[in-house]
Amino acid sequence: MKVELSALTTSPQVKQVNNAASERIHWFWFASPQTFYPLAGRMVPWFVWLAVLLCIAGTYVGFFIAPTDAQQGDAYRIIFLHVPAAWMSMFLYVVMAFWAGVGLVFNTRLSSMLATAIAPTGAIFTFLALWTGSLWGKPTWGTWWVWDARLTSELILLFLYFGFMALQAAIDDPRRADRAGAILALVGVINVPIIYFSVVWWNTLHQGASISMKSAPTMAMTMLLGMLLMALAFWMYSLATILSRVRSIILEREWHTQWCKEEIRRAS
Amino acid sequence: MIGAMACVVRRDLALALRRKGDAANTLVFFVIVVSLFPLGVGPERALLQSMAPGILWVAALLSALLSLARLFEPDYADGTLEQMALSVEPLTVLMIGKILAHWLLTGVPLTLLAPVLALQFDLHADAIAVLCAGLLIGTAALSFVGAVGAALTLGLRGGGVLSALLVLPLFIPVLIFGSGAVVAVESGLDATAHLQLLAAFLLVSVVIAPWAAASAVRLALD
Repeated sequence: MKVELSALTTSPQVKQVNNAASERIHWFWFASPQTFYPLAGRMVPWFVWLAVLLCIAGTYVGFFIAPTDAQQGDAYRIIFLHVPAAWMSMFLYVVMAFWAGVGLVFNTRLSSMLATAIAPTGAIFTFLALWTGSLWGKPTWGTWWVWDARLTSELILLFLYFGFMALQAAIDDPRRADRAGAILALVGVINVPIIYFSVVWWNTLHQGASISMKSAPTMAMTMLLGMLLMALAFWMYSLATILSRVRSIILEREWHTQWCKEEIRRAS
Repeated sequence: MIGAMACVVRRDLALALRRKGDAANTLVFFVIVVSLFPLGVGPERALLQSMAPGILWVAALLSALLSLARLFEPDYADGTLEQMALSVEPLTVLMIGKILAHWLLTGVPLTLLAPVLALQFDLHADAIAVLCAGLLIGTAALSFVGAVGAALTLGLRGGGVLSALLVLPLFIPVLIFGSGAVVAVESGLDATAHLQLLAAFLLVSVVIAPWAAASAVRLALD
């Protein structure tokens, strides 16, 4: 439609404006829940399959190819779950704050829905990192929990996720929930590095460097490969769950629109 | 702008002075929490002395948290906050005024009360001086950061517990640097670095918190 209009107009200036407009429309095409919903639906199976395949590959490398650690024996193999989960937990908080901020600034509903959809996945990875960390700690350090800087800051990150989800759950109006969550996420994301460094410093002040993962021997290439494969698998898993969750959120919030009603009728 | 801010501070102080009980309750709470710890862990002098910085700071943190409910809630209930949002003065500046008044009503009295409690735990004079300096800076940071949580939970059900959940993780750096300063002096080190970091945290929160609190208040009034 736009192309036809611009072809009909003779003035090159108008043409340019129309071209710019049509480009802008392309850029924001999928910012509307109505167009994003089917796109997300098409993408989810791909990410699910990629996650499954990468997870199998990563687990195989982790359990069968990577060598046994000289100091820790086979107990270290939980690293293939633990480290990627910890990476994802921190990364997802930043992504969540980014989309929440975009939603706050540009007032785009879909961005805020994405932020809401990311929070539970991020919290799950944070919990998984803590859980596997304590499972790893028992055989290697001899205790389920130490007040190590990394463990403590990961625990605080879990609290931050809980705060975000609790705030959004307490507000009935979805648009207010979006904006309030965005303000909290932005304040939180500024605080995350401050908290991390203060905890690191607190730890060195009180404990001295008693247990540190930095002192671990340099990693074999296969170990690194296993970890990277698992990280990619977690990445794909996050995309799959976040996209399907955002689809549910879209249906939940837009149920009164015509296309949503049709979608629900078709599905049921 | 400064005039409007000073006006808000004067107003909040005048209101608080007419109902002295509210401000006093926070202080009584502070004293009670601090005196619960010896009952919990036992009267051993050395143990209590080493725990004192942490105990005093955690109690100060909780008192600041409890008093947050009074920061915006009464003004929200009687419509004053709405008038502030409508006024020609920027809401961010008025927020700074409210936060400063909150600090003058909770942080400063806590700081003045803390030496007496510190003596109960047998802290040295140097440590007490550093504790007070830290509390003076730190409670201001708590008021600023806490205002964001109070504004975000304005008018929500279960607002008090929710704002604790939001704000307490953000309070952690203040706790670490504040009690760290006292611990450093107790073990014969210099506490300047801790206090400077505390001041840096305060400055960052002065920049960010009023804006965030003002946006959250506007959100609650929509």
